[in-house]
Amino acid sequence: MKSAVWQNLDLAGRKLTPFLLSLVLVILNLVPLHLPSYAAISPNFALMAIYYWALHRPSLLPSGAVFIIGLLQDFMSGGPIGQNAAILVIVYIIAVSQTRFFYGKSFFVVWWGFMVVSLCVTTMGWVIASLLDASILAPEPAFYECAMTVAAYPIFGWLFVQVHRTLPQEG
Amino acid sequence: MKEKPRSVARDAPPMRSLAQRFAFLLLLGTAVGLLMIGRADPRIFEETRMALIDSTAPVLDALSRPLATASDAVDHVRELTHIRETNAALKAENARLMQWQHAARTLFAENDQLRSLLNYTGEEPVHSVAARVIGDSSGPFIRSLLVNAGTREGVQRGHAAITGAGLLGRVAATGERSSRVLLISDLNSRIPVLIESSRARAVLAGDNSRRPSLTFVTANTSVKIGLRIVTSGHGGMFPTGLPIGVVAEIGETGIRIETFASSDQLEFVRLVDYGLDGVIGKESAATAPGVGRNR
Repeated sequence: MKSAVWQNLDLAGRKLTPFLLSLVLVILNLVPLHLPSYAAISPNFALMAIYYWALHRPSLLPSGAVFIIGLLQDFMSGGPIGQNAAILVIVYIIAVSQTRFFYGKSFFVVWWGFMVVSLCVTTMGWVIASLLDASILAPEPAFYECAMTVAAYPIFGWLFVQVHRTLPQEG
Repeated sequence: MKEKPRSVARDAPPMRSLAQRFAFLLLLGTAVGLLMIGRADPRIFEETRMALIDSTAPVLDALSRPLATASDAVDHVRELTHIRETNAALKAENARLMQWQHAARTLFAENDQLRSLLNYTGEEPVHSVAARVIGDSSGPFIRSLLVNAGTREGVQRGHAAITGAGLLGRVAATGERSSRVLLISDLNSRIPVLIESSRARAVLAGDNSRRPSLTFVTANTSVKIGLRIVTSGHGGMFPTGLPIGVVAEIGETGIRIETFASSDQLEFVRLVDYGLDGVIGKESAATAPGVGRNR
């Protein structure tokens, strides 16, 4: 009886991993690395997490959780509230709707998909920021950030695969 | 590619159920709604935001320390490789600074005498708090830092954030034990400044680039590369004469200022209360919409 409770708790904990990991990544994203010019173009950790889990285990990261992760990002960053929430939900929608296309494809295809998705949302983020500011903002920093995020995806993807292996199978 | 976890989920019913589509629309709608509300009144989420940052401040604080130490270690090694050149440069600088020290002492004494002649009472002593940089919340469209001092330490909105080199920004929001510092390079930062030598007025406008631009320069002012820019004290945001930077570039993109203070490798900032309420008046701060943008 007791062991069943623990098993269930353990299972619940594991099922929460993608969500909790994403929340932790949002906070880790803020830690200053003391690198010149790094802060402005630091890769978007949460974006990678959402894309990975949406493609590989959407059942463990429902859209509501994605929304909360985006909101946390908005609150922590000091940017307009709702921007990252909208962006992450859109990434999630795109990724979930394309799981069939990506099924069984190599990592490079998945990476390429991530590049396309990040380019889309970066452009969108730039448009939203420009609209909110009612002026045309310089798009370069956003695209540098996008390039950094795409470049960092293999590293984070590897990390997510390691975490993924510890999670219970679908069923 | 052969491991099971790596393969893309097969089970996901992609956008199949109506409920799922409805959930997506609802979430997107909520996000857009929040954007609108935030646009109408930027202060509305400020409390929640600082409460969240406050609650994560201890974690960020703990995380920022080893990274700062690691970065220091790297700097030590890098400095060792240039130790000879640095030494020579510093000796030359020291000789030059000795002359300045002499000049400063003379001026200090003279200033003292003149003050006593005028019965000048001097300025109020300033209250300042040293704070550790615990987070860098900069993104492509925002330049700000999180520091580990808040209302508990007496920090308030509008306090100046300075480093040994010069003005870094101002406190945009405070929590109990953390604050957010808006950097002068941020899009929303507008600071009344003076060109130190000619006393010509201008506005330093951040645009998210490394070098903020100098706008609204008084007509018929000649601006040259290398001129020092200081705060003017107009608008009551900062006192007069805080060093900001030097003119670095005059070109198609306007006049660009290289700031003395840089947030890149910063570990500590000083948050100074100059006793100025200025643009961000204490009462208006709580009620007036849009003051966060400080335009």
